[in-house]
Amino acid sequence: MTTRLFGSGIRRREDPRLITGQASYTDDIKLAGLVHAAILRSPHGHARINSIDTSAAAAAPGVIAVYTGADTEGVLNPMPCAWVIPDSDVKAVAYPPIARDVVRYVGDAVAVVVAEDRYQAEDALELITVDYEPLPTVINPEAAMQEGAPQLHEDAPSNQAFHWVAAGGDTDDAFANADVVVRDTIIQQKLIPNPMEPRSAIATYVPAMGELTIWNTTQNPHIARFVTCLVTGIPEHKIRVIAPEVGGGFGAKIAVYAWDMVTAFCAMKLGRPVKWTETRSENFVSTTHGRDHVEYVEMAANSDGRVTGVRSVVYAGMGAYLSTAAPGIPTILHGLMYSGPYDIANIKADIYGVFTNSTPVEAYRGAGRPEATFLLERLMDLVAAEVGKDPVEVRRMNLIPKFENGHDVAIGLTYDSGDYEGVLNVALEHVNYDQLRHDQAHGREHGRLTGIGVSCYCEICGLGPSQVAGAVGFGGGLWESATVRFYATGKVNVFIGTSPHGQGEETTFAQIMSEELGVPVDDVEVIHGDTDTTPMGWGTYGSRTTVVGGGALALSARKIKDKAITLAAHLLEAAEADIEYEDGNFFVRGAPDNGKTIQEIALMANVAWNMPEGMEPGLEATTFYDPPNFSYPFGAHVAVVNVDPDNGHIVLERYVAVDDCGPQINPMIVEGQVHGGVVQGAGQALWEGAVYDDNGQLLTGSMLDYALPRAHLVPDIETLSTVTPSPHNPLGVKGIGETGTIASTVTIYNAVIDALRPLGVTRLEMPLTPERVWRAIQEAGGHHGHGHSHSHGHDHGHDHGHGH
Amino acid sequence: MKVPIKLTVNGKSHESEVPARQLLVHYLRDDLGLTGTKIGCDTSQCGACVVRINGSTVKSCTCLAVQADGADVVTIEGLAQDGNLHPVQEAFWDNHGLQCGYCTAGMIMTITELLERNPNPSADEVRAGLEGNICRCTGYHNIVKAALAAAEAISTGAGGG
Repeated sequence: MTTRLFGSGIRRREDPRLITGQASYTDDIKLAGLVHAAILRSPHGHARINSIDTSAAAAAPGVIAVYTGADTEGVLNPMPCAWVIPDSDVKAVAYPPIARDVVRYVGDAVAVVVAEDRYQAEDALELITVDYEPLPTVINPEAAMQEGAPQLHEDAPSNQAFHWVAAGGDTDDAFANADVVVRDTIIQQKLIPNPMEPRSAIATYVPAMGELTIWNTTQNPHIARFVTCLVTGIPEHKIRVIAPEVGGGFGAKIAVYAWDMVTAFCAMKLGRPVKWTETRSENFVSTTHGRDHVEYVEMAANSDGRVTGVRSVVYAGMGAYLSTAAPGIPTILHGLMYSGPYDIANIKADIYGVFTNSTPVEAYRGAGRPEATFLLERLMDLVAAEVGKDPVEVRRMNLIPKFENGHDVAIGLTYDSGDYEGVLNVALEHVNYDQLRHDQAHGREHGRLTGIGVSCYCEICGLGPSQVAGAVGFGGGLWESATVRFYATGKVNVFIGTSPHGQGEETTFAQIMSEELGVPVDDVEVIHGDTDTTPMGWGTYGSRTTVVGGGALALSARKIKDKAITLAAHLLEAAEADIEYEDGNFFVRGAPDNGKTIQEIALMANVAWNMPEGMEPGLEATTFYDPPNFSYPFGAHVAVVNVDPDNGHIVLERYVAVDDCGPQINPMIVEGQVHGGVVQGAGQALWEGAVYDDNGQLLTGSMLDYALPRAHLVPDIETLSTVTPSPHNPLGVKGIGETGTIASTVTIYNAVIDALRPLGVTRLEMPLTPERVWRAIQEAGGHHGHGHSHSHGHDHGHDHGHGH
Repeated sequence: MKVPIKLTVNGKSHESEVPARQLLVHYLRDDLGLTGTKIGCDTSQCGACVVRINGSTVKSCTCLAVQADGADVVTIEGLAQDGNLHPVQEAFWDNHGLQCGYCTAGMIMTITELLERNPNPSADEVRAGLEGNICRCTGYHNIVKAALAAAEAISTGAGGG
């Protein structure tokens, strides 16, 4: 009987509880004596608080307590920023959990009400009177750095949160000597992640023990405990954080939130368990956003299309405060990826982090890498148009040739392995690219606006070597841990430090165990998400769980195998060197029928009646695995769109994703990650975007106003793959959770521009709404032709106050 | 003000006194402990809270508990019969029609009704039928695949339930 399931698309073990309504998310949990918190949030983008009157609220039915910033000040410490990138003058401004004197964005917390039920708490919020003195606001990150812009923080002049520069080669020289320079201004609009489960926290405090427990919708319970300790002052070993079932995160559940700390504060004050769950409309302002860049980008090339340089000036909005990991996103995870899959000798990223009167920005699926891929692929298309070549041809001549064990790029990273031309060929063959172009030309003759976008990408994930994490200012390590524990009956618990929330690692990790030790997959239970039961780990984000956590698990299994070999040799009265292993069976070479199964070994190790001298009882191993490198998945994507010239309506006709994440443990899950990622990226290209008015009001503040992708708007996603193992981790795997989003936004964007180019439209701002497309067609009317990359280009600088 | 209501939920009758303003979803979740029905928004957009009332799909966040007085309500907890998954549940499991699981109850409830109305839908008809349900994880690909597989299973009698 074979138990090997690595590489098999088996059904997920998570699903039975999820399809029957038996899973327990944070808001599903009830505790004896539970009371409910609701948070009053600033309706102003920027205002001074003159006074707050909570008396009527405190006297309202069911209300137990009302607290303001005056109550939490001195009890809760400010929220820390955990990614202070070095040599960048990071202004870690004060971030009080409840605002004290000034509110800096719509959604900033002003007071909290605790009542017997949620309805009473919401009622009481309306009885709180706050005397605000409105202050001027600024939303656009570039505008926020202009002289005379409203100032958010006294200790951050010009609203500059940081300034980070990274460079490789000599860009000045490359651009001075280029045959061709193309430029663009790219607005990476602010996005609102919208995991389907809103954020929620329950806190309970036992005064006699000094113990705080928080159930919380987080991607990283151990980091949440670490930060909770810093904010509440409760020692780390007295805090337990539990991530129960978590309904998606996409980066929005990385941050440790002030609201969870306020919930804990209420529980500590009242001695009763307190639950806080945001409404969706509250989520739009109180849970972190993503992207928000104003970018001036340019690419230098020879006349044949060979690229010699890339550089940027980026204004990256941080929102009103620095969220937990925010500064690392437009810098380390963005600027360092300007080479993508290409061989580019000269690169410079010049990035400003900027405070604005908007909800704080954090990681959002892809986090920095979609933006890097966007500018590279956008500029590649502009170079192609400028030199008069097919976009695929220009990409192909610039790709890094196939490599299997390390490749250094100009900006200082060492990619693990890649076959970029390989995936491109698979993609082109699958879509029959020449035929597509032929059909496109034929359609154009009949007035049909078909567009084709082809992108190549390489991204950095599987975060990451801890020494690098330290060097780039991340306030923790990025290793992972896994404990494997065999019981006497041969059943296994795997305890992991990461915290999956929809990615299916309970299944894939059981598959890893079955592969490593021949254990039936159903005999393995994977435990995660509880700081009291799992070993320390840094969480699930940055497509790192399978790469780093899976690596830790494989190494723990291999430690167990080593012990099992010693024990088998003892039981079989043979030399260790003569013991062979195959599919869960340990036997003396040549005698597989008289071996000991892993289950028999587990029984003996646990009862320990007959152990080799000096061997400890038990069959358990823990590994803290620190990867020697990041992982660098890659791929080539193709989008085909049709644009209706009469109304600007875009139909995404086809989307093809060819990705290489190394060996796939569960291809069904891999494909699912790609489907979802692609559609999220399509959301940015076509529909999504936070819109603020001049007063800092979020106009897209509900699911009515913020357009999320819907089933009837997207096609089936065609997924293909190649397999290039990473030489830098035990399983050879690479992350796949973000690749879809990283590639799809620009692939679809380029397809739309490709469709409109005959009409003279060469750039648009996202999202590509029918109105924007229609207006662009009208404005370009009669302006047919191509090669307008210079006409809309800008010298980068401070004189372009693009609104968005 | 409390109002008496009498209704059947998943085949079991309940008599309760509920606040006039209480939403059905809160009655199901908080009073009856049926937390399989989720709340994903507050503008009737996402469909995580979809239940069946007298056979029709209803967003239980946009319905008062008192409006369900006298009704026959089915939630995700009431779908499997005698320990056998409903064919739509089985198809979601087989086809990886869910990731985080938060939209899943609403998706499954919506599709059960869709397939009763249209036992042999096209992919486009499934997509159109899901207009009122949002999923952020799957890109809908495998949800559509699951719905089509469920239709096939029901029509050939291969499924349970």
